Amino acid sequence: MDTQVTTTLRAFIEESYLFGDSSRMPADDESLLETGIIDSTGVLELIEFLEEEFGFSVEDTETVPENLGSISGLTRYVSSKRAQGAA
Amino acid sequence: MTHTTTFGPDTLALDLAAETERISQTIRDYLRGARRKGAVIALSGGIDSSVTAALCVAALGPERTFGLHMPERASSPETISLSRSISDHFGFDSVLEEIAETLAAAGCYSRYDESVRKVVPEYGEGWKSKIVLPSVVDDGTLRVYQVVVENPDGEQSSHRLTTEAYLGIVAATNFKQRVRKMMEYYHADRLNYVTTGTPNRLEYDQGFFVKLGDGSADVKPIAHLYKTQVYALAEHLGVPEAIRTRPSTTDTYTLEQSQEEFYFSLPHHLMDLCLYGVNHDVPEEQVAEATGLTVEQVRRVNADIEQKRRTTGYLHQPPVLVEDVAEIQY
Repeated sequence: MDTQVTTTLRAFIEESYLFGDSSRMPADDESLLETGIIDSTGVLELIEFLEEEFGFSVEDTETVPENLGSISGLTRYVSSKRAQGAA
Repeated sequence: MTHTTTFGPDTLALDLAAETERISQTIRDYLRGARRKGAVIALSGGIDSSVTAALCVAALGPERTFGLHMPERASSPETISLSRSISDHFGFDSVLEEIAETLAAAGCYSRYDESVRKVVPEYGEGWKSKIVLPSVVDDGTLRVYQVVVENPDGEQSSHRLTTEAYLGIVAATNFKQRVRKMMEYYHADRLNYVTTGTPNRLEYDQGFFVKLGDGSADVKPIAHLYKTQVYALAEHLGVPEAIRTRPSTTDTYTLEQSQEEFYFSLPHHLMDLCLYGVNHDVPEEQVAEATGLTVEQVRRVNADIEQKRRTTGYLHQPPVLVEDVAEIQY
């Protein structure tokens, strides 16, 4: 996993959804939806964060739990999008 | 209700006369305890408010039932005639409250337009719109709110909403339910009546209401009933056919918006079976057989039911206190 991306994502989650309480940070493979950390509004916020922070466009077909549903999924997704952008 | 071996629409069958009496007794008991004389119902011309009104008439009589008609700019043209048909049919007094000017004064319409323009800059006079949420049934894509706009030439386009635009649109439209509830309490206070809430079980369970808007009420007579049961009760109580056959609509946006495209993934008779299945641990295979869905589709709908419960739980919560005030108990 790209540790820098993971660190950036965790910082966003801690600031945006956990009110700075890092003890509530989910495990990397835990579902952000099923743990109640994000809801449908949270998904919108997350998409905007990814687009602004990492500079790519999240396509409608990419808004699946495998990409956006957990920290590890997000890390893989961001890394993959960056690789596509660099190619 | 018990879960029989053959799971299907008949599982939701009710003794309609007994249920009417049970609800009526609850309404009367509540009014007696609250020392109020009757009930106010906001009539939308839809099935839920119509059944609620019919139940209040059954419980209290038409002389203690009072209806409000409160269409606004985005209401369908047929709304007022349908809502009036209920007060006429059941013979109780009602008044028309024009809420469009109140909404305009609060900035409901201008704030709404401003929020839509954040994603569709050309949106303005003569345009129509609605927000939609893709169904969870057919794939596992996360549901992302979109706005559908129609220009004055009738051309439609769909746009993903930003967080700011989405929240702004919802906040502006929520004025509608809150202004209506404000009017309901005005009439309830002057008559010494209670207000009624009209959510059915699907809406109540899944948080399909506005906090301190239509979610606020003194009594919610059908919140325990699946929508299929509400329709059955409507027929039993003699609700006019034009209302019983009207498609479910939110009647909130300028473009026609069904409840399925905004909130629920399936038509109500299928959502009812899925929700019942979740509530009673009916195996997914049985729910799939009863609904005609695949097991995978049932799983997605069930996951969405749980997700909506998590998301909307706060709508049900009373205000949080730092510690109990033990002297105040209800």
